[in-house]
Amino acid sequence: MSELVVIDRSGSARTIEGETGRSLMEAIRDNGFDELLALCGGCCSCATCHVYVERGPAEARVTGSNDEDDLLESSGHRRADSRLSCQLFLTEALGELIVRIAPED
Amino acid sequence: MDKRDVVIVGAGHGGAQAAIALRQLGFAGSVAVVGNEPELPYERPPLSKEYFAGDKTFDRILIRPAAFWAERNVDMLLSTAVTAVDATAKRLSFANGGSLDYGALVWATGGTPRKLTCSGHDLKGVHAVRTRADVLKMMLELPIVTQVVVIGGGYIGLEAAAVLKKFGKKIVLLEALDRVLARVAGAELSRFYEAEHRAQGVDLRTSVQVECIEEKNGRVTGVRLADGEIVPAEMVIVGIGIIPAVEPLIAAGAKGGNGVAVDEYCRTSLPDVYAIGDCAAHANGFADGATIRLESVQNAHDQATIAAKAITGSLEPYKATPWFWSTQNDLKLQTVGLSIDFDRTVVRGDPATRSFSVVYLKNGRVIALDCVNAMKDYVQGKKLVEARAEVDPELLADVAKPLRELIAA
Repeated sequence: MSELVVIDRSGSARTIEGETGRSLMEAIRDNGFDELLALCGGCCSCATCHVYVERGPAEARVTGSNDEDDLLESSGHRRADSRLSCQLFLTEALGELIVRIAPED
Repeated sequence: MDKRDVVIVGAGHGGAQAAIALRQLGFAGSVAVVGNEPELPYERPPLSKEYFAGDKTFDRILIRPAAFWAERNVDMLLSTAVTAVDATAKRLSFANGGSLDYGALVWATGGTPRKLTCSGHDLKGVHAVRTRADVLKMMLELPIVTQVVVIGGGYIGLEAAAVLKKFGKKIVLLEALDRVLARVAGAELSRFYEAEHRAQGVDLRTSVQVECIEEKNGRVTGVRLADGEIVPAEMVIVGIGIIPAVEPLIAAGAKGGNGVAVDEYCRTSLPDVYAIGDCAAHANGFADGATIRLESVQNAHDQATIAAKAITGSLEPYKATPWFWSTQNDLKLQTVGLSIDFDRTVVRGDPATRSFSVVYLKNGRVIALDCVNAMKDYVQGKKLVEARAEVDPELLADVAKPLRELIAA
């Protein structure tokens, strides 16, 4: 289990627990946030699970693959800490993350 | 009489999103989702991919966890099949004898797998891939299966073949037309996927007609072809498309035929009845306004949002850009736009490198792209499709030129 703080589009923050080995997208979706569409179900085929990793180690804040990077390019809201949350897998080593759901494209 | 302000029939991608969108839009009335399967809404694409392969458990493909629907006050009436719609009384009748009145109705039933019509089509060992139950039945049988015949070279058939190959099964894939993916893509893509599956060891045959399914003691033993050959198989998977599940709605007087007809706001011809997703025949701007049905997560999801907006009083026409994906082996195909009625294709990149795109043109304008392991083309090509950009085919074929640089060219 790892602890995460998720900030939704209205700006309200909530601490949730994510299961190790699952993706950040799954943790957010399964904790009742409905702003994250994740239309492709987490196979890195769309860009509808876009979040900002506002606090966390460097490896959580940079994209994990060229595909992820290219998909994020399609967003009008990309930032340096943009991630597709389906591509960030939770581990104890990540520590406490603070993530914000990016605006809808 | 039991009543909900909005009743959504169909608990797939479209039905789930309609309920989610209604609550996001602040709709405070009562909402029920009626589904004929026992499961809460789940993602269907993994049924022929990660779920079938055992890479993802069922709880991971639920569209939302069970608690979500209770929190959003959405009633889930599962294992419930709708048999009739009374559009005057605004009442649904169920196969279990029950009924439910609606204020507004969202029809999101998708389709049922098209069956073979030949003898043996309903034997034990003959499967469709549309529901979790379909996949569970296959998984139970797989340990005793060595050879599978897949009938139909569409995405479902090809994806299922790829998973079964991973399980070490012998696969014979039979396509009636002269190439796979004939209804959805150009010949370049078809030839590429045919070669890929053959290289994986799939015995892929095109222009093959099935005569019947052979049996012994009620179980499949093989598939007899029109030329008399019998292809042995302990399992047959049929992926030859779906039939939109709209009968009760058409019987109630809704316009339609191949699907139920909807306008740009997803309204059917019946009062306060909407239809979305695979079963909704709509005029699509990406098909030059032709009336089509689109069988995709994108369409189900985006039409659901349009219907929810219409119900809550904000009419917004459906204009979403079509997109689609398919995963086979280590190949990620992504499609944007609709290639219907293309008159020219441009291959961008060398298929032999297993990273390339097919650009579809109509009257000199880009209408769609199929991108194989080519994410940049998919992302940048979307802009070309949305602009219906007129681009020199030679520039499209030049991989040294990123597609984004061709927008204004």
